[in-house]
Amino acid sequence: MTTALADAAPTTVADIPFNTHKRDWKKGAIIVAFCIIPVALLVVFTYWPFIQMCGYSFYKMKYIGTPKWVGLKNYADIFTRPELLATLKLSLYYMVGALVQVALALYLATVLAFKVRGGSFFKGAIFFPYLINGIAVGFIFKFFYTRGYVLDTVLQWCGFSQDQLPYWLKDQAINNWSLVGSSIWRYLGSTLILFIGAIMSIDSTLYEAAEIDGANKWQQFKHIILPGIQTILVLNIILSITGSLSAFEGPYVITSGANGTGTYMVQMDKIAHTDQKVGLASAMAVVLLVIIIICTLLQKIVMGLLFRNADDGTAKAAKAARKSDKARRRALKRANKVATGKAPLFKNGKAVA
Amino acid sequence: MSSTTMTPQKIEQAGFGYHLKLWILSFLKYFSLVFITFWILLPLVTCFFTAAKDNEEWQSTSVMTLPKNLFNFSNYVEAFKLSNMGVAFRNSIIVLVAVCFLTTIIGTQLAYVLSRFAFPGNALIRTAFMMAALLPGIAMQVAVYKIMGTFHLINSLWGYIIMSMGTDVISIYIFIQYFENISISLDEAALMDGASYFTIYSRILLPLLKPAIVTCLILKGVGIYNEYYSANLYLQDKKRLGTVAISLYSFTGPQGSKYNLICAGVIITLLPALIAFLIFQKQIYNGVAAGAVKE
Repeated sequence: MTTALADAAPTTVADIPFNTHKRDWKKGAIIVAFCIIPVALLVVFTYWPFIQMCGYSFYKMKYIGTPKWVGLKNYADIFTRPELLATLKLSLYYMVGALVQVALALYLATVLAFKVRGGSFFKGAIFFPYLINGIAVGFIFKFFYTRGYVLDTVLQWCGFSQDQLPYWLKDQAINNWSLVGSSIWRYLGSTLILFIGAIMSIDSTLYEAAEIDGANKWQQFKHIILPGIQTILVLNIILSITGSLSAFEGPYVITSGANGTGTYMVQMDKIAHTDQKVGLASAMAVVLLVIIIICTLLQKIVMGLLFRNADDGTAKAAKAARKSDKARRRALKRANKVATGKAPLFKNGKAVA
Repeated sequence: MSSTTMTPQKIEQAGFGYHLKLWILSFLKYFSLVFITFWILLPLVTCFFTAAKDNEEWQSTSVMTLPKNLFNFSNYVEAFKLSNMGVAFRNSIIVLVAVCFLTTIIGTQLAYVLSRFAFPGNALIRTAFMMAALLPGIAMQVAVYKIMGTFHLINSLWGYIIMSMGTDVISIYIFIQYFENISISLDEAALMDGASYFTIYSRILLPLLKPAIVTCLILKGVGIYNEYYSANLYLQDKKRLGTVAISLYSFTGPQGSKYNLICAGVIITLLPALIAFLIFQKQIYNGVAAGAVKE
């Protein structure tokens, strides 16, 4: 009787180990002592400003002076001002760049996850830009793209003449691609490391089995690697959407948003700190946040749809287990009403009064 | 090629074709690796070359030519003095050490309580931290700026440190995950022996958490060392409070075209990152992987 109840208990207790002990005031004290600082910091620097920001978005206001209620005008402004709508178009460049980055990282990871001569050198060299600070990256690429400097010189070696080459950071037909290039340069390595990690976690005997069965490298990639890392792949593709909307440091440092390179965040920063239109900037932040939340929900839904088949087995089993558990409890209830009432209080094999 | 060492009888047509295909594939593989690595390293290497050229050599030679003396440090010395990097490095180190130390303490403490005790609000706090990771940090600075103003935390190194602590979410995740993998029977055994909760946390669990702490310290350290935006916003007295990233930004002014000096500045600021990378390569890779899969 007792053992059956104890077996049923963990489904409700989950990960709550210390409830069985009596030293309540000590427990309370340690919970309060350890939670109070981080929670206070979280409230003061994240949630309180967030609530305030939502409030600001309905006012016309500066940092100093009295705010004036304007209702939804700031939100209407975002979607009617042409210069702000253009920034949303800019994020398409970064989205394409992010997809290129994912594809490139996927290729490099499939190569570098296996034995390659000089593999750790290639990996390290491709990763290192991720550790360089944004300002240094900015200077490096200002230098790289300046007319007649690094990129132009290399292209001249390849047979181009200087007159054929555009001004990489001024020409509006190309400058956003230049910035996207610098962003790929900076973040390729981190995506690569993620993918290598995912590929390494695939059971290596699968490759051997496939090789014995005569599968070539492409077939191995398609049928072993791709399914093995699809979770992280989909995650990265969706993250690239939110990432491209919040592209900031590249254009902020390299071009200061000039010549049509000001992304949404760069414009928001300018509106907030140069123009001091706090209300409008807050509304922009709220809109960005809403888009990010939608993308996150989308991600959950897509992941759910994509991997429903993969999880079917365990989900079914869990459901069946829950069902039989319920049936057993009902049976117990009928058999012995007194014992059932106490059942959930058996935790970790100890009875609680 | 191995096929040439075989006796003629053994070289079947298919076998030779197979070897040729393998050879081409491996050539393409290495070619693509070298090609990509070339473009990754090119901006850095040219920067390094340029940093070693004096003004005259810089103006008379192409950016791609090797400098006469690769170890000409005069630009480095000048860049260091000009952008006040001595003070900047001191400030960066203070902020780095303080933030890393304090976030590790409060982060592990919170994760300990959240993963070991069931109490009303546990789920709420977890969700609150999870949601906070979604909020775009830079977008919120409009409102954070006003709050920093009310608390008189602008233009103070400690104000900046406190703010950086408050926005740390990812490491709490990593700590919780790690705690949940440490068996609870360990805590229970210690409890039987009469250890207090604090002793369990500090003497038993914290040492076991070392790998996770190293991972978080690296993530946090890289983030703090490279942070420019909020440092620029809240440390406005640049001469006295500037961090490394801020001091590097000072080259945008009148020295905007003295690239040999700028490149020297860039190399100086990325040197600590390079050294850390060479020493902690493995931990850094782990940290990046752990930090990104927070969802």
